Amino acid sequence: MQKDEKVLLEEFQSKIDKGVKIEPKDWMPLKYRNQLIRMMSQHAHSEIVGMLPEGNWITRAPSLRRKAILLAKVQDEAGHGMYLYSAAETLGIDRTTLLEQLHSGKAKYSSIFNYPTLTWADIGAIGWLVDGAAIMNQTALAKGSYGPYSRAMVRICKEESFHNRQGYEIMCSLAFGSQEQKQMAQDALNRWWWPAIMMLGPSDDNSPNTEELMRWRVKMESNDAIRERFIDRTVPQADYIGLSIPDPELKIDEATGHYKHGPINWEEFFNVIKGNGPCNKSRLKTRVDADRNGKWVREAAEAYAAKRVIRDDTDF
Amino acid sequence: METDQALFNYLLRLADSSLILSQRLAEWCGHGPILEEDIALTNVSLDLLGHATALLTYAGKGKSADDLAFLRSEREYRNILLAEQPNGDFACTMLRQFLTDSWHYYLYASLQKSKDETLAAISVKFLKEITYHLRHSSGWVLRLGDGTAESHLRIQNALDELWSFTGDLFDSDSADELMLAAGIGADLNEIRKQWTAHVSELLNKATLKIPESSFMQKGSLQGRHTEYLGYLLAEMQYLPRTYRDAKW
Amino acid sequence: MILIFNKGMNTNMEKDTQWPLWEIFIQANPGIPHKHVGSLHAADAEMALQNARDVYTRRNEGISIWVVEARFIKASSPEDAGSFFEPANDKVYRHPTFYKVPDGVKYL
Ligand SMILES: [Fe+2]
Ligand SMILES: [Fe+2]
Ligand SMILES: [Fe+2]
Repeated sequence: MQKDEKVLLEEFQSKIDKGVKIEPKDWMPLKYRNQLIRMMSQHAHSEIVGMLPEGNWITRAPSLRRKAILLAKVQDEAGHGMYLYSAAETLGIDRTTLLEQLHSGKAKYSSIFNYPTLTWADIGAIGWLVDGAAIMNQTALAKGSYGPYSRAMVRICKEESFHNRQGYEIMCSLAFGSQEQKQMAQDALNRWWWPAIMMLGPSDDNSPNTEELMRWRVKMESNDAIRERFIDRTVPQADYIGLSIPDPELKIDEATGHYKHGPINWEEFFNVIKGNGPCNKSRLKTRVDADRNGKWVREAAEAYAAKRVIRDDTDF
Repeated sequence: METDQALFNYLLRLADSSLILSQRLAEWCGHGPILEEDIALTNVSLDLLGHATALLTYAGKGKSADDLAFLRSEREYRNILLAEQPNGDFACTMLRQFLTDSWHYYLYASLQKSKDETLAAISVKFLKEITYHLRHSSGWVLRLGDGTAESHLRIQNALDELWSFTGDLFDSDSADELMLAAGIGADLNEIRKQWTAHVSELLNKATLKIPESSFMQKGSLQGRHTEYLGYLLAEMQYLPRTYRDAKW
Repeated sequence: MILIFNKGMNTNMEKDTQWPLWEIFIQANPGIPHKHVGSLHAADAEMALQNARDVYTRRNEGISIWVVEARFIKASSPEDAGSFFEPANDKVYRHPTFYKVPDGVKYL
């Protein structure tokens, strides 16, 4: 017996209003489903591509401790990608297809990962700023309406908590270190500040659909609100270690008590999204190469598994 | 040679082998054949890095683990030649891993009974992790050896290429002899027997053939490495060597 | 509207593979049930077990793991909910609070 779409939609909305999670087999509007697939896969791609700028410094980490931390951190991001692809898979699209969308350039990922990591301080700046900004977004998403996405986010947020700290810790050592190290830290902050501000997405007057997505609890907070919170939290952290934020217009708005930032260069943002960031091509190529070079490995494992089924061989 | 110098050398052999192999595996991070395997390889790399750190810290001699790792040059490194070999393809990495895991397995199983209490205690801990590494790499040697024609060819090539570095696993110098006599070190002849039996059996099960040529490369104990090690260290050590007094 | 739900669906013509999907259940501590924690991809059961260990227990989350290939799980559907679960609503006699016991009687 088919209920009519209007009734289904009302039931769907009332569930969301009551805070009941939507599960994979539940009825959902097609737009909700598509939006979620888009969001979860973009998010997953960002985690995976996001491994590359930091991965760039694993073999050059300056101490055994830093090497272990960075390895564990980048590994976590691989896990995050995996959780998020799995969450997307619950909506009936498989990982092969999702990866193909990434590799063909059809799918997007966070613009921030198209910037290069030029010095060790960039590793500090990424953990501090990029993971810091991401965590703002992710704690909100953990309260979203789609069950598998929200559960993945809860897990991710738990793991993320050390990422932000280790980044700030690196910045502290540099900022309180030698003159050269301090310069390195300031230079990294100068280069990563604006991309981090921008990674939280276009200004609200520039993102369509926000109202409906908020009502469906797919999007939890406006980009500008998250951005404001991120800046409010981060500025004092920079002050504490004596680094200056590269925004001459940044100041506290007496009326609201929040920081007000200078104008954002959205042209740069959209340019990077379009593929013109310094690393777009190399990031994508790295992912495509890893996938291609892995193809024969994946095939071999499947062939072996099939042989074992035929042989009825169960021990390894 | 004094006993404590011999112990120092002995520990460096173990520590360096783990550190260099860890560094190699870390190169895979972000480039694995599938996400799950990327995570698995990183886990092994992290375990080995932990082993190296513990061993270097214990070796000490007035130097920190970081100083020992980042400020010794290629001629002072005592790692096994196998560890420094380039990753190559996934077959090459996994075969190198399997050969090394098997060596580690019997080595640390024996060192659990070392008269040096610290070494014995850390060996107990290491062995648990190594048991898992061996399970992981053994699975892959079987899958690739007995998988597709392509995977078989690739891993057989890897075996042909890497086999001549396996003799080095069992080379010994005066430090080893002193440590063995003192009941601290492992009996490499005994380990060679166990290793050979285990490795042959699994390779055979994986339908792979051990190369007939028995010529073996040597020299790592005297700091004579392959050319690959210099590049690996240049990359690994560049920051601490560029900024000599910096804290990170 | 009818939704087609097929976890293993491969929409690619050229047969690349990310391996089958497995569901992972982990027991966090002795004495409590295994709980679903998520999924992953693996070519065989041993690999699924190892991947689960590497992916889902890196922070001491578990002492025991179950893996099952997702395609072998048969799940009830939301449309079943009415006929499956609502009939239990009025069977109050299955619950101890349904019964009146005289005051002062203990251990019942
Ligand atoms: Fe991230
Ligand atoms: Fe992440
Ligand atoms: Fe992170």
